[in-house]
Amino acid sequence: METNRYHRQILFAPIGEAGQEKLIRSHVLIVGAGALGSSSAEALTRAGVGQLTIIDRDYVEESNLQRQQLFSEADMKQKMPKAVAAKQRLSEVNSHVKIDAIVGDAEIDILREIVPETDLIIDATDNFETRLLLNDIAQKYQKPWIYGAVVASYGVTFTVLPDKTPCLQCLQEYIPANGATCDSVGIIQPVVQKVVSQQITEALKLLTGNEAALSGKLISFDLWKNEHTEMEAEALRKPDCPSCSSKRSYPNLAYDSRLKTAVLCGRNTVQLRPQRKQTDLDEVAKELKKNKQIKLFENPYLLSFEVDSFRIVLFQDGRTLVHGTMDSIEAKNIYHRYLG
Amino acid sequence: MKITVNGNGLEIQDEVKHIKGLIDFLELEDKPLIIEHNQQILQKEEHEKAVLENGDKVEIVHFVGGG
Ligand SMILES: [Zn+2]
Repeated sequence: METNRYHRQILFAPIGEAGQEKLIRSHVLIVGAGALGSSSAEALTRAGVGQLTIIDRDYVEESNLQRQQLFSEADMKQKMPKAVAAKQRLSEVNSHVKIDAIVGDAEIDILREIVPETDLIIDATDNFETRLLLNDIAQKYQKPWIYGAVVASYGVTFTVLPDKTPCLQCLQEYIPANGATCDSVGIIQPVVQKVVSQQITEALKLLTGNEAALSGKLISFDLWKNEHTEMEAEALRKPDCPSCSSKRSYPNLAYDSRLKTAVLCGRNTVQLRPQRKQTDLDEVAKELKKNKQIKLFENPYLLSFEVDSFRIVLFQDGRTLVHGTMDSIEAKNIYHRYLG
Repeated sequence: MKITVNGNGLEIQDEVKHIKGLIDFLELEDKPLIIEHNQQILQKEEHEKAVLENGDKVEIVHFVGGG
């Protein structure tokens, strides 16, 4: 270990040398590399965790730059996948951290491989389908995970500890219905930092052996309205919860709960996920170039093209984003017309 | 009557008699809410029975999805 690098953090008595050693030996999974994920990843990288795995399915766009702190205009111009751009930036910040970047959906198969190897999962996703999946996989492998979410000037966070706190499935009746989570009301950047401050402080407590210092509370705030709320969550635990009780069956790990198409909230975009197939982007590009009407962009991770009022982005893993529609049938039609 | 909601003082009319009335007053009726009334978490069916009194403390949390 470089002696100076973590000096101020080691001086902080609850962490100390012993805590720093634990941190360096830990592996954290961050699911999502948008606003919350960028900020969490940078904080943990600077703090000196040993290993970070970052999963994200998206690429950098102009409207991300206002709040997604790892990304630059160059990343935007090159349409870099967020996981890859994040890894590049984080490696510049701290070359001692081992960073794995995964461009793709946080789906069951991949989580099954990674989660058993990790000490903690940080939720930085933008949807409850993935959160419920994280919840069940965390329960199954007895890993803590930290829920965090933001919209407008409002944020909410809660640390889920296996066998110690209620889980997200216990709180299922409070999860907003599909569509109600769309970010059509925008977001200001400070609320991201505030949720991440909470999440990462909890993470540091967990990773350095300071469990007794955890908040244990459901915390929410609205920075614009000057509101702050903390709630003891224990009363919300469901004794017959299908994800965390003794009668557990992990309903969110059932394969049929996975969506093949997903309308990406507030983004006027549909994601299509065909049967797992690696895609030779160069082959596809060659075909598309025959059509003179198509404006094509390619980088090593994805290709993007515009037709009519749509923009289509194809990733190596076969996932396709159709921008310009919220209608999954229309998106499928476009997909079949241009990508077979 | 004066109560505290999410840490801030709130003056409410006498027509607002219970938690359900407060939710309507705050126009939050279409969201699933976790509500704590004087440090007691309420089930949804208790919202109409939980009578508000001067000085009561109410905490309201809702989940959001953005990241
Ligand atoms: Zn549960």
